[in-house]
Amino acid sequence: MKMSEENGLLQRFEITGGDFGNAGKTSTSIKEILQEIGIDSSIIIRASIAAYEAEMNVVMYARRGVLTLNITPEKLHLKLEDEGPGIENLDMAMQEGFSTATDEMREMGFGAGMGLPNIKRNADKFDISSIPGKGTSLGITFCLNQTEKK
Amino acid sequence: MPKKTKMTLKEIKELLQAEVITGEDCLDREIRFAGGSDLMSDVLAFGKPGILLLTGLSNSQSVRTANIIDAKAIVYVRGKKPDKMGIELARGKGIPLLSTKFMMYTTCGLLFSQGLPGVNGLPHKE
Repeated sequence: MKMSEENGLLQRFEITGGDFGNAGKTSTSIKEILQEIGIDSSIIIRASIAAYEAEMNVVMYARRGVLTLNITPEKLHLKLEDEGPGIENLDMAMQEGFSTATDEMREMGFGAGMGLPNIKRNADKFDISSIPGKGTSLGITFCLNQTEKK
Repeated sequence: MPKKTKMTLKEIKELLQAEVITGEDCLDREIRFAGGSDLMSDVLAFGKPGILLLTGLSNSQSVRTANIIDAKAIVYVRGKKPDKMGIELARGKGIPLLSTKFMMYTTCGLLFSQGLPGVNGLPHKE
């Protein structure tokens, strides 16, 4: 895996909504990439958790989504854009325990209302925007060059 | 009997009368703490690298979650066993899978009474 000087590493993953059988494959691949590059292990875990929760959200709620991994010497950035129902009330969605999950989602071990709070807790910077009826976008950033750990 | 602060997977297997689904060759692996939940989001929130994950969730998400948080092994409770996809994934990632007939509470109690702490019992290193 090589990083070009200008843009760093850029990789795009497509996630299909409702595809519970493959749920988690993208974040498993992302973790492998981060390990291959040799990112600090504490950042790998935080980024993998965030990627996994974000991926599960697409599988559970959206029709499809694209997760883009961008790594530069300074930062690791995950961008997720999905086409789906969007989120009506972002403040409520960010509350631990708030969930609109179905029984099927809960049987997968998810849908406990911890996903977005988990992503935010692990990230150095977290942005979310959503248009109800259209979809949701997440921006998740991890700083790579700071010595202090979150 | 003196309390243990760590246990090998072999000792855990014997204590829980567990069946090894995969990872027979990794039973000398040392476990220092454990945590149990059927909610993978909770595991992602409280899990720490090296954890022994106890769960009743038998689909492949349990293995994916264990891999994401660098769990040392999974013990399935209530006699549950993961699906084929989960077993294949665990083999590929080198995560031993065990299955015990004990229920969650009993499994936790047996391990805790041996001295194996939970995640919260550990001092935070970072």
